[in-house]
Amino acid sequence: MDLFLQRIFDGLSNGATYALLAMALVMIFKATTLINFAQGEFAMFGGFIVLVLATEQGIPMWGAVVLGMLISAVLAAVIERTLIRPFDPADHLPLVIITLGLFLAINAIAGIVWRFDPRAFPELFPSGKAFNIAGATLSWYTIFTLITILVVAGGLTLLLNKTKIGLAFRAVSSNLESSELAGIKVGPTLQFGWAIAAAVGTLGVAVFVASPFRQLEPQVMVTGLIFAVSAAALGGLDSLGGAILGGLAIGLVQSIAVPYLGVPTELSLLAAVVVLLLVLLFKPSGLFGTPQVERV
Amino acid sequence: MTSRVLDVKNLHAGYGPIAVLHGLDFHVSEGEIVVILGANGAGKTTTLRAVSGMIERTGSIELRGNSIAATKAPDIVRAGVAHVPQGRGTLPELSVEDNLRVGAYIRNDNEVNADIDQWFEVYPVLGQRRDQRAGSLSGGEQQMLAVARALMSRPSLLLLDEPSLGLAPIIVSELFARFAEINRDLGTTMLVVEQNAQLALGIADRGYVIESGEMFAEGPADQLINDDSIRRAYLGV
Repeated sequence: MDLFLQRIFDGLSNGATYALLAMALVMIFKATTLINFAQGEFAMFGGFIVLVLATEQGIPMWGAVVLGMLISAVLAAVIERTLIRPFDPADHLPLVIITLGLFLAINAIAGIVWRFDPRAFPELFPSGKAFNIAGATLSWYTIFTLITILVVAGGLTLLLNKTKIGLAFRAVSSNLESSELAGIKVGPTLQFGWAIAAAVGTLGVAVFVASPFRQLEPQVMVTGLIFAVSAAALGGLDSLGGAILGGLAIGLVQSIAVPYLGVPTELSLLAAVVVLLLVLLFKPSGLFGTPQVERV
Repeated sequence: MTSRVLDVKNLHAGYGPIAVLHGLDFHVSEGEIVVILGANGAGKTTTLRAVSGMIERTGSIELRGNSIAATKAPDIVRAGVAHVPQGRGTLPELSVEDNLRVGAYIRNDNEVNADIDQWFEVYPVLGQRRDQRAGSLSGGEQQMLAVARALMSRPSLLLLDEPSLGLAPIIVSELFARFAEINRDLGTTMLVVEQNAQLALGIADRGYVIESGEMFAEGPADQLINDDSIRRAYLGV
């Protein structure tokens, strides 16, 4: 029983990171119905920026995280302007290829700049255990990662629903041509989405590697992206709440189903892929996605 | 001569290598409802898209004397032209109210809420569905919403692209009666593209008939309505 509970806690803390990255994917998907395969690498790169700011520049940890989020937002905005915007947003194949190219390029650049060895990452949250429940420990780390995703989801929801740029972003997500005819400049609006997504992803990686059991390395998000894509798809790809629940669900599947079904740890990625397959097969719009129903 | 809101001369436009418009001249004066008639493929939609900057075009397009021939679509809206595209062009995933807010995107005044309430009075059915997704509305309701959304930008010129398309006759006549009312009460100048000549000429002051991207006939609405050339342009006989 205590082991089971412990696995739930572990699943939740892994799931929280998938949820953050999934929210970043959802932001881009909402606007462009495109999955940015480089989202995980954007986040990893942002994680290294945070590390450099904190350890080499001596900036306090949370200051470094906020600054790192801002810098990665600017970098993503530049990438959007130079590599994404010149292409027709309705034609997905070239864009998917570009994001795959970015995936490889950013991974390689991070390896050249920071080498491929894992590096210790400063702690972001108080260490140690918060509670002992039935023999299982709930760490402060898990509690704070869960709080972080709720704060991020709340912040994004407010941004999308209560601000003018949020309204423009939702409009562009819904109908590009009608948005232009309402005076919305589509390019800068999408750029805003890319920037926000990169900032959220950076926070996600910072939280992920802030765990005492993990380190930062260029490969850190390569499998994380698969989990995040599965999480986002499970949640419906265009729903922030769905991304959170999807992320937590994938984390739980990974930490509970995998050991109990006797799947070797090396194959735990398979759990995510199986979930993704089942979703696509039986409920393509995900648990909370907007089904494409339109009256004419 | 009353002042011209829109003055177009020698308008050429098309899609890539395909030229659709071959030098159109037309104008819309202050407070007028002008209709452009033509058969399928005559270039009606292309004409509106060229005016609102949705496609590449050459020629002279003047809005109250200022050239907008090189202006991009979002800035043409700011200049005072609102375009209701064919197929309604609502934002299906957004609520009815948010659709209207998007319509007011270019505005910075504090009368947006009052205007929204006013449109809910004009179209009570929209008010009842203010929190419903626009995509769940019926075709007629979506057309009302598209028109209200366009008018939320407080345009000096409203472009309507085949508002009757796919709607039941009774809904279409209500819609057109409302256009006439809006024109009379708000003084909104309108350029309407239609296939339903009878109905459109019924509310219009003047009309143009285009055929294969060229001007075929023009004149006051009541004159065009009895003109055999229009029937020829439509029925192809």
